[in-house]
Order: sequence, then C-alpha cells, then structure tokens
Amino acid sequence: MAEPVFAPWADPNEKPLIQFKGVTKRFGDFVAIDNLTQDIFAQEFFALLGPSGCGKTTMMRMLAGFETPTEGQILIAGQDMAGVPPNKRAVNMMFQSYALFPHLSVAENIAFGLKREGMPKGNIDDRVKEMLRLTRLERFAQRKPHQISGGQRQRVALARSLAKAPKLLLLDEPLGALDAKLRQQTQFELMDIQEKTGTTFVIVTHDQEEAMTVASRVAVMDEGRIMQVATPAEIYEQPNSVYVADFIGDVNIIEGTATPEGKGYDVAWAEGQRPFHAETDKSFSKDQRCFLAMRPEKVAISTDEPEARNRVQGKIIDIAYLGNLSTYHVELPGGTMMKAQTANTRRLSRRALTWEDQVWLSWTDTAAVMLEG
Amino acid sequence: MKRFSAFNAVSLTLGFAFLYLPMLILVIYSFNSSKLVTVWAGFSTRWYGELLQNEAFLDAAWVTIRVAVVSSTIATVLGTMAALVLVRAGRFAGRTLFSGMIYAPLVMPEVITGLSLLLLFIGIGLDRGVLTIILAHTTFSMCYVSVVVSSRLVSFDRSLEEAALDLGCTPFQAFRLVTLPIIAPAVISGWLLAFTLSLDDLVIASFTAGPSATTLPIKIFSAVRLGVSPEINALSTIMIGIVTVGVITASLISKRATLRQQAEEQAAIRA
Ligand SMILES: Nc1ncnc2c1ncn2[C@@H]1O[C@H](COP(=O)(O)OP(=O)(O)OP(=O)(O)O)[C@@H](O)[C@H]1O
Ligand SMILES: [Mg+2]
Repeated sequence: MAEPVFAPWADPNEKPLIQFKGVTKRFGDFVAIDNLTQDIFAQEFFALLGPSGCGKTTMMRMLAGFETPTEGQILIAGQDMAGVPPNKRAVNMMFQSYALFPHLSVAENIAFGLKREGMPKGNIDDRVKEMLRLTRLERFAQRKPHQISGGQRQRVALARSLAKAPKLLLLDEPLGALDAKLRQQTQFELMDIQEKTGTTFVIVTHDQEEAMTVASRVAVMDEGRIMQVATPAEIYEQPNSVYVADFIGDVNIIEGTATPEGKGYDVAWAEGQRPFHAETDKSFSKDQRCFLAMRPEKVAISTDEPEARNRVQGKIIDIAYLGNLSTYHVELPGGTMMKAQTANTRRLSRRALTWEDQVWLSWTDTAAVMLEG
Repeated sequence: MKRFSAFNAVSLTLGFAFLYLPMLILVIYSFNSSKLVTVWAGFSTRWYGELLQNEAFLDAAWVTIRVAVVSSTIATVLGTMAALVLVRAGRFAGRTLFSGMIYAPLVMPEVITGLSLLLLFIGIGLDRGVLTIILAHTTFSMCYVSVVVSSRLVSFDRSLEEAALDLGCTPFQAFRLVTLPIIAPAVISGWLLAFTLSLDDLVIASFTAGPSATTLPIKIFSAVRLGVSPEINALSTIMIGIVTVGVITASLISKRATLRQQAEEQAAIRA
C-alpha cells in the first residue's frame, strides 16, 4: 500500500504552523525582506535557498524573535508573535555563526537550554549524551569551543539547538562546514529526528543537493522575495522563472520567440536555424519573447543524426569529467553554448567523443520548460 | 643568541636602580633605630612597634581600606552598567552627550572634581566623613571602570546573548550566565583599577574627608609636612610589602588557573 503523500500545503483545511503575512523588514532604507507572504506547515522540512544576502537569516531571526518586522505579521500556531520575546517562543535556532558559549565546555553548551528548563540533572546528562552521540562528539564533551575544529563546532551548535527538542527548529546553514560524508550522515540523522519527533524544520542551505535531499518544500529567494516554493522535484522540473531554473542545478537557457504549433510552441532561436519545439500548458502570444530551460541530462549527444524533432549540430568545445557523469560543452551555430550530460557507463578509453568533434544534440518535445522570463 | 653585552648590563642596572633605589632606601631606613631619618644607628624594628601603637594611623588605614573596597565595588557596578548602555543602546537622543559626560571626569583636574564635590556635600548638608569619601571615590573611579569594561564589550559578540535568550534565558539570566562570565576579566581589572585609584587618592580625599575620618594618604602627607619620621618609613614599607604580596599572589593564582586549564585540556584530549 502506498503511503499517503505528505502535502499539507495542498490541503485547504490544514492550518499552517507559521504564517508570514505581508512581512517587510527594512534596515534603514535597505529592504531585506520585501512584502513576504508564506505559510509553513507543521512537520515540514522547509528549505530556504538563495544567494548570499537575499534575506534568509533575516527571515529566521524574525521567527526566533531577534528582529521585529517593519510591516506585516508573523503568526506561529495561530498566535501573533509581535511582542513575544525570544525566550518565550517555542523555537530554537542554530546560528550561522554558531554562537557557542566560549566559557562553557561542549557538554555544558549542549546542557545550557535544558538547565534553563529546569530539567532534572539525570535527565539532562542522558539527553546531553544522546546529543553527543548523535553528532559524534562524545570524545570532545569536556573541551572548550576553542579547542575543537570548525566542523566540530558546527556540530556542537547543532546539538545545542536540537537538545531542547522544540516544536520548531531553525537551522541556519547547519552542515556547511562538514565533509561530504559526515554531511550526508547528518542529513539523514536530521530527517530521522524529523520523522520520529515530528519537529518542524526551517533550514537555510547553500547546497542544492542538500535541499533536494532533506526538504519537503524548497523556497528559492532573491533580494528579500520568495521566487518559488515547491517540492524539490517541482522546483527542478518545473521552475517558474529563468531565475529559479538557473539557480537550481545546471541548465541550458535559450532565448527565442514563440509561435503556436501543435500542443505547444515552436521557438525560433537563431537566424536560419530550425526552431525548437516545446510542449507546455502555458500560453504565449505569437512572436512573444520566451526562454527554453533544459537540464543538461535531458539533452542526448550522438555522432549520427538522430530522429528527434529537436536536434541541432554543434562542435564540442569542452568536456568536464565528473567521474560518474561527463558534461559536454557544445557550441551551436551562431555561437550559442549548450551543455549535454551523459552517464559514464563505460570506461573512459572506450568513449568515442572528443574535443572538436561535430556532434548532434537532441531532446524530446517535453524536455524543455518554456518560461516567460 | 646574542651575547649579553656590557652596555646591556649597565642600562639594565641603571634602569632598575632608577625604579627601585628610592624604595630600597626607604625600606632600609625603616629599620633604623635612630629617630633621625638620615643617620644610620643600627638595626631595629622599634618603629614598627610604635606604628602599631599609633591609633591615628591605624584608624586612617582602616578608613582607607573600607573606602577603597566599598567605593570600587559600587563603581564597578555603576561603571559596568554605564558601559552596557553606552555600547548597547544604539542611537538615542543625547547618546553623544552622555558618553562625553561619562569620560569627562577622566580629564578633569582632580582639584576641580574635589572642589565641586565638596560644594555639593556642603550644599546638601552632608557631614564629611567616610560616606562622603566613598561617594567621591565612586564618582571618579566609575569612569575608569566604564572605560575598561566598554572596551571589552565592543568586541563582545551579541549573538552569544541571543543564543542564551533563544535557549530560554530571561535577559537578566543571559547577562549573568553568559555576558558577565565572559567579560569578567575586564570587570575585575576595572575593580582593581578603582581599588588602587581609591587607595592612593590624595587630592579628592582631602576635599571630601572630614575631621571624623581621614585616609592614609592624607595622614602620611600631613605627617611628612612636619618632617619625615621613621614611623612613616615603616608604614610605607608595610604598604610596599602588602602590594608585593598581593601582586605575587595574583600572578600565582592566574598561573595555577592556566596550569589547571592546560591539564583539563590534556585530559580532554586523552579521553
Ligand atoms: N542588522 C542589519 N543592519 C543592516 N543590514 C542588515 C542587517 N542584517 C542584515 N542586513 C542586510 O540584510 C540583507 C539580508 O541579510 P541576511 O543575513 O538575511 O542574508 P542571508 O540570506 O542570510 O545571506 P547569507 O547566505 O550570506 O547568510 C543583507 O544585505 C544584509 O546586509
Ligand atoms: Mg545568512
């Protein structure tokens, strides 16, 4: 039997845990958050993605109570948070700068919030041990923050924010300083915690793969605004703008003009070249400027001319070998560059394509997403 | 390594002689049995004995210590609070004026500070005594405390306090459990500074002391005006002794703290 899909945002009866209602935050003249309205539901793993300075930390700080919105309202569990101080919010935050207490040991740092709760000593010790084990810090329990490495410090900060098991956890780049393997393990630990305790996570990350792995929904931000909120798969396959398509993963963007044709449009992209065809539900007027967004892995590369309607010949300029994958940079007539990615199922020596080769690129009618801008 | 040249040896000797010869002479003559300060007449501890009989000196010493402890403690509390406001409060109307006024007494001639305090105490009809000296010393030494503490607070990472709040502390708990332990060295040196300032203040104390209470510096100063007595030498030697013991103890304590911390670190690494 299939598990019911977790999608509270699609259910109109579901009450959101967090509601941003027209929230604007200004620092002087600078608009850090621009009229933002967004719901986040209980038990979500909500990832904030965006370039540096787009307002991710500011959003978190408003949730934790360190900044007050200049305009608008933030509600948590239906309650207006205006005037509620940070220590009265059932929210814990992991700081981007870690903010570990330098005069306390690793164990004392983790125990800090539990002591304030008045938890009995024995329980505190157990909980601290559990957190140390989870973050693989057992050996460093008695050290001071300045006596451990950057990645270890990051894990202490994570353990400290997890210790109180709050209803809502805000993690500001929780895994950035960890090596790939430890990061992956910790991601799974977090998902596990999320599953067991039903904690709601809001997480900032610069790592798209991480967002894709852990998140129930991803929000892509730019200059204080949320550009798109959707499940990882939707964000990847159906970006709503060139910005989002370009921000998430690798993508080929081709500009052209649309002409209705069949179930979609023909897109004229270069003088004297056959137009590309893309199917879409969106409607464009004749000769409207549009963009085609195509993931490199959906573009096939071959030496012989393929059958597909969308095909174009070009010259290989560069090959990026990534181990499991190779990305070919192909120059199309008129100078447009396009990337095609193939899985390296054969050993290197067996592959036929090399620099300066003339090759054919092709893709299906549904591979490209048509965007207005 | 460079050889220890004759030039170095000479400059070192001269430097130390310059610093310590006057004190050394004072210490030696405090053991002089003669009543004449400049004539050596054999070793004796007679003047120390007489000093212990001299109620006026003992009273003055007791007043000095009480004043120093109480005024430096109050000054530390007030100075730290002022520093917090100055560093933390951001922009508010009159901030520049306030911070300027906090630092003004640092450059104000002591005579003026003393005189104005004297006028104030007379104006409000406060009898001069221990209380007025304490108030006066608090007034001028809290500026020093606030300078020392605010220079530490400037580099203090606010996010530590935010983290404490986030973990359930009230603002006061956050201050007590996080901010204060971290800035404690600055607060302690502020206290020590205030304490020493109070110990050796002569000018302000002479304006604000009354017949009921004088401090040791005033006592010594007025005694010396009638001629240096061997008793004063003995008293000064005792003060030098106390300061020396204090300094050595303080450095031993901090040395031991460092050693213990290192041991802890090592234990942590082995564990
Ligand atoms: N206290 C402040 N005063 C003035 N400007 C601020 C303040 N805090 C943040 N900003 C500005 O607001 C914008 C958003 O900052 P924020 O810290 O939210 O970025 P971010 O998305 O978390 O970036 P990063 O990925 O680099 O952490 C930035 O341009 C920043 O300079
Ligand atoms: Mg940030």
